[in-house]
Amino acid sequence: MSDLLQPIRNFFTALKFITKGGTGYYAWLAFLAMLIVYGLYSYITQLDQGLIVTNMRDQVSWGFYISNFTFLVGVAAAAVLLVIPAYLYNFKPIKEIVLLGEMLAIAAIIMCLLFVISDMGRPERGWHILPFLGTMNFPASLLAWDVLVLNGYLAINCIAVFYVLYKLSYGKEYKMSFLWPIIILSIPWAVSIHTVTAFLYNGLSSRPFWNASILAPRFIASALCSGPALMIILFQIVRKVSEMEISNTAIFKIAELIAYAMGINLFLFMAEFFKEFYSGSIHLAPMEYLYFGLHGHSNLVAWMWLAFIFNLSAFFLLLRPKTRENFFTLNMACVMIITGVYIEKGMGLIIPGFIPGTLGEIYEYGPSAVEKSVSMGVWAFGALFFTLLLKFALPVYTGKLRFKASESGD
Amino acid sequence: MSKKNINHICDKPLRRRTLLKGAAFGLTSLALPFGNADASVWESFFQKHFHQMNKDELQKVIARLENEYKEDYGKDFNIKSTKPIDGVKFGYGLDLSRCIGCRRCVYACVEENNQSRDPQIHWISVLEFEKGHRWVNVFEEATKYYNPHTVPEEGYFYMPVQCQQCENPPCVKVCPTKATWKERDGITVVDYNWCIGCRYCMAACPYGARRFNWAKPQIAREEINTETHYLGNRPRYKGVVEKCTFCIQRTREEPGTYPACVEICPVGARKFGNLLDPESEIRYSIEHKRVFRLKEDLNTSPKFYYFFAT
Repeated sequence: MSDLLQPIRNFFTALKFITKGGTGYYAWLAFLAMLIVYGLYSYITQLDQGLIVTNMRDQVSWGFYISNFTFLVGVAAAAVLLVIPAYLYNFKPIKEIVLLGEMLAIAAIIMCLLFVISDMGRPERGWHILPFLGTMNFPASLLAWDVLVLNGYLAINCIAVFYVLYKLSYGKEYKMSFLWPIIILSIPWAVSIHTVTAFLYNGLSSRPFWNASILAPRFIASALCSGPALMIILFQIVRKVSEMEISNTAIFKIAELIAYAMGINLFLFMAEFFKEFYSGSIHLAPMEYLYFGLHGHSNLVAWMWLAFIFNLSAFFLLLRPKTRENFFTLNMACVMIITGVYIEKGMGLIIPGFIPGTLGEIYEYGPSAVEKSVSMGVWAFGALFFTLLLKFALPVYTGKLRFKASESGD
Repeated sequence: MSKKNINHICDKPLRRRTLLKGAAFGLTSLALPFGNADASVWESFFQKHFHQMNKDELQKVIARLENEYKEDYGKDFNIKSTKPIDGVKFGYGLDLSRCIGCRRCVYACVEENNQSRDPQIHWISVLEFEKGHRWVNVFEEATKYYNPHTVPEEGYFYMPVQCQQCENPPCVKVCPTKATWKERDGITVVDYNWCIGCRYCMAACPYGARRFNWAKPQIAREEINTETHYLGNRPRYKGVVEKCTFCIQRTREEPGTYPACVEICPVGARKFGNLLDPESEIRYSIEHKRVFRLKEDLNTSPKFYYFFAT
């Protein structure tokens, strides 16, 4: 009898750890809950009235939701930046925190899926896209590919994270022979989610701004900046609020890797910028819209230059060991990179695909109140999920939370 | 989790309904108006893809849809599912030297094809170009919002654009659910009950031909056209994509019937016919006029030919 009840008892042990915290913790949860409820309320309005409550229209048929989705795919792919040094080069300081990166990937993919669902006109027909159940257009549609690789990546990371947590929570060693193939698989898979998402836009000859071969490489380069930058900030919070030890060596190594990725990103940007402006064909229009404005329409111009300045400054801050290893400048660089890439790989990527439109129309787009609150709700949900996951995983990791195995009995 | 479900379903096809019902219950209860959850809602939720339905199933679905439309619009609908005519591939011609930019085609299309009046949906965009400026593939110089007292305006010419019915349609390629496809007679159609509203096709279309129902389409009862085709002008739903079908509900019925836009054109700028018939007017135009197609460089191979007759 006690054997059967043990999992339930374990569940309550875990629940106790998750629900216990200081005032700051509860305030954080309440804040997130508030955003989620407000986002949900906005989403129900959207379901009821249709996507007309957004500022998307036929001219700009994707907007803020897909921008956020794209950015978050990058964040998810970034776990690979931890996995490679940790497991391929056996760099110990990072090996200890690779789990955190994988958990961030899980949260990011969940947010990605929520953003896609938010963007759908008929979300209740989502099953039409599934293999076997629906009529998935595989391999012709890149969106079908994206469904497969994103869910696959979610599964890979879930298996890796929950296997390790499961073993550790019972005080057992996890087997590298089991984990190793998963880790190895996760490296190309992380690259694939970003490549496929880039190809989703890249393959459309109707949109010259996206139809450039540099898109996928730039996607990956910038993903290896934003995701790890977010992680550096999260690591510092984690080691402050928990007993988990994260060494400075690990953080500085990640910062160094970001600097290289950003260097490549800036080079690719320059290559794109040069090609478009020097050749000056009619396909220059979207780029002109982004950086100088087109026929008096310049909603994104200030944002794009801000992103460029942020990325460039952060690159130099992270390149110099002196500023990289100073937490003030390091954090400043990380925030600049997150903001810069969020602009560049969000609205800065999606909107110029539609401006000017295929028939030359310029429709200036900015997210509506509903789009903003739904997006905030999705971000809050991701943050809540990540917080609760950490709240369970950290004590397991540090050995404070241990389940009793049911076979030993009481 | 969904993977597990799928395996079950493959083993035991009979369980598909129950499983799906359970899995999807939460979502639909949110998406559908409350208090409306009768049998027809479930039937519509589980409705199959157009191609997966056999004749009987299709007839049942059509009967249900006719009922639903009657409830919504208070009129008896006739929804046909006429198949393509053998030996027919439709083609379209547009004489730019004749078009006066009056937009009668735009509104005839709206009336015939039950487009939403609020918000307004038009399948045809008439672009105005300044004469002596740039060639018609530089669209940035064009506007569709011209509004003079009389047309044609001095110094301008007009180019209507609608679905180009590509032989190699990028919209079909990208659709993740096969909800849109090219029929044997060359018309690209949409199954409005299968489209998930992801709008990937709109991003892929180089001609801005696809329209999305951003809100529930509104059409006054007296303006509704009840003679419809399943893949054509039957009323659409909120959250799905629609497009020009060369008036499939007319042109497939009697050989020689014209789409509404061809019929209404006061200057005879619009030509329509069977590309496979060497005697057809459209073939004559293609072979004897100086024709061109939009954005040839994209290899979409439209069946929509622009030409200058004079």
